[in-house]
Amino acid sequence: MDDLINTYFLPLFWMLLGIGAIIGVVLGATAYLTYAERKVLGAIQLRKGPNVVGPFGLLQPMADGLKVMFKETILPTKANVFLFIAAPVFTFLLALSAWAVIPFDAGLVLADINVGVLYLLAISSLGVYAIIIAGWASNSKYSLLGGLRSAAQMVSYEVSIGLIIVTVLIQAGSLNLSEIVEAQTGGWYVFSILLPMSVLFFASALAETNRSPFDLPEGESELVGGFNTEYSAMIFAMFFLGEYANMILMSAMASLLFLGGWLPPFEALSFVPGFIWFAAKIAFCLFLFLWIRGTLPRYRYDQLMRIGWKFFLPLSLVWVVVVATVKMIGGAS
Amino acid sequence: MNKAFLKQRLKYWLGGDILAGLALTFRYIFKPKVTINYPYEKGRLSPRFRGEHALRRYTDGTERCIACKLCEAVCPALAITIEAAEAADGSRRTTRYDIDMTKCINCGLCQEVCPVEAIVEGPNFEYATWTHEELLYDKARLLDNGDRWEPILAANLEADRRKA
Repeated sequence: MDDLINTYFLPLFWMLLGIGAIIGVVLGATAYLTYAERKVLGAIQLRKGPNVVGPFGLLQPMADGLKVMFKETILPTKANVFLFIAAPVFTFLLALSAWAVIPFDAGLVLADINVGVLYLLAISSLGVYAIIIAGWASNSKYSLLGGLRSAAQMVSYEVSIGLIIVTVLIQAGSLNLSEIVEAQTGGWYVFSILLPMSVLFFASALAETNRSPFDLPEGESELVGGFNTEYSAMIFAMFFLGEYANMILMSAMASLLFLGGWLPPFEALSFVPGFIWFAAKIAFCLFLFLWIRGTLPRYRYDQLMRIGWKFFLPLSLVWVVVVATVKMIGGAS
Repeated sequence: MNKAFLKQRLKYWLGGDILAGLALTFRYIFKPKVTINYPYEKGRLSPRFRGEHALRRYTDGTERCIACKLCEAVCPALAITIEAAEAADGSRRTTRYDIDMTKCINCGLCQEVCPVEAIVEGPNFEYATWTHEELLYDKARLLDNGDRWEPILAANLEADRRKA
């Protein structure tokens, strides 16, 4: 009996606790990311942003959450109800499940698998399905067109993201996220030959999460609301929060792959716990997301496709060769 | 392929304009905010601000309005309705002075045309109501507005006169 508890129930309990902690932290961060976005955009536009609900408006996410929960969920008569509801759940599920392989600190990871990067790529690729299912199941022309746009955009940029990650893999020599971070002990990859790739990765992340300046799926002037035109109340909120959770996930990936994850910027600062550095780096990336949204106008659809296929893809392809060559020459000498 | 062209190309490929834009928005984050917390803070109003209407009285309490009906005639929205009769002292007075505030377009022609500065548009703009009927103002309501806002109304008229 003791054996059973020690081998099965105790690890299971710890794992569930870890899952709960990660979900809690990610959900909280997502809620406050919406608040941060409104504050940052407000500041850029010389406004104050939310400042009425609670001190500095800090309770605004709670108020928004309550509001959205009490709203009526409208199911269009012609919609495929099962898929219509399943799509936002799927988005949200994917945004959360990707966190299983993210190392928060040295050894502080739920599943330390050797193909962590591959897992992340697979999960983020699946996000397209949720969007295209939502667009189709709504049975509305705007939703369908918005869904197709989103899908086309995400697929296009996934290709270059894949190649960019390959350059990191060549440099680090591992698919395990913890080992990739450890490989950056000498110097983060942003400050190496991978600098252009980190910029490209960030731009692709913007497109991948459908964020400004690549937020065409929600170009309200041309296609009403994009794939979530017909969504309301909590199922809409799930899409909305899923998008923000994906932003955090992409920032976490950028931190792990290029900004040295939990590593401190200087050896002297290593007394600060690693997960605080990790959180700070994620926060920095998220600020970049918001800052760029406050600065750049939306790209036209053909410009978006041109940048993705004619600039990002060839450049990342060339860089794979460059990095591989440098690595080989360096290894030989 | 001159130097200026190359410089411009280099700036384009390095995202020079994007960086300049980002620098600009970053500076704006630290600028003082222009938001006015409306119910608690309010913006400045010009003395010529055209808000809620009021019928004014002379300092001795008699109504200014002489029922000339110029305002009724000039009103482009046909919001003003006036009926007049001879008062006890033999003067010409209104027996009815209604303004339909839901028709009124706040153009200010009524106060412009009034020879005795009786009908004026005051500084009050917070008179939203729950029903349509509450916005059909009668003479009593307008005189009441006049009594309530008189100090500000007189000061505004004076300020406007000084400017002109």
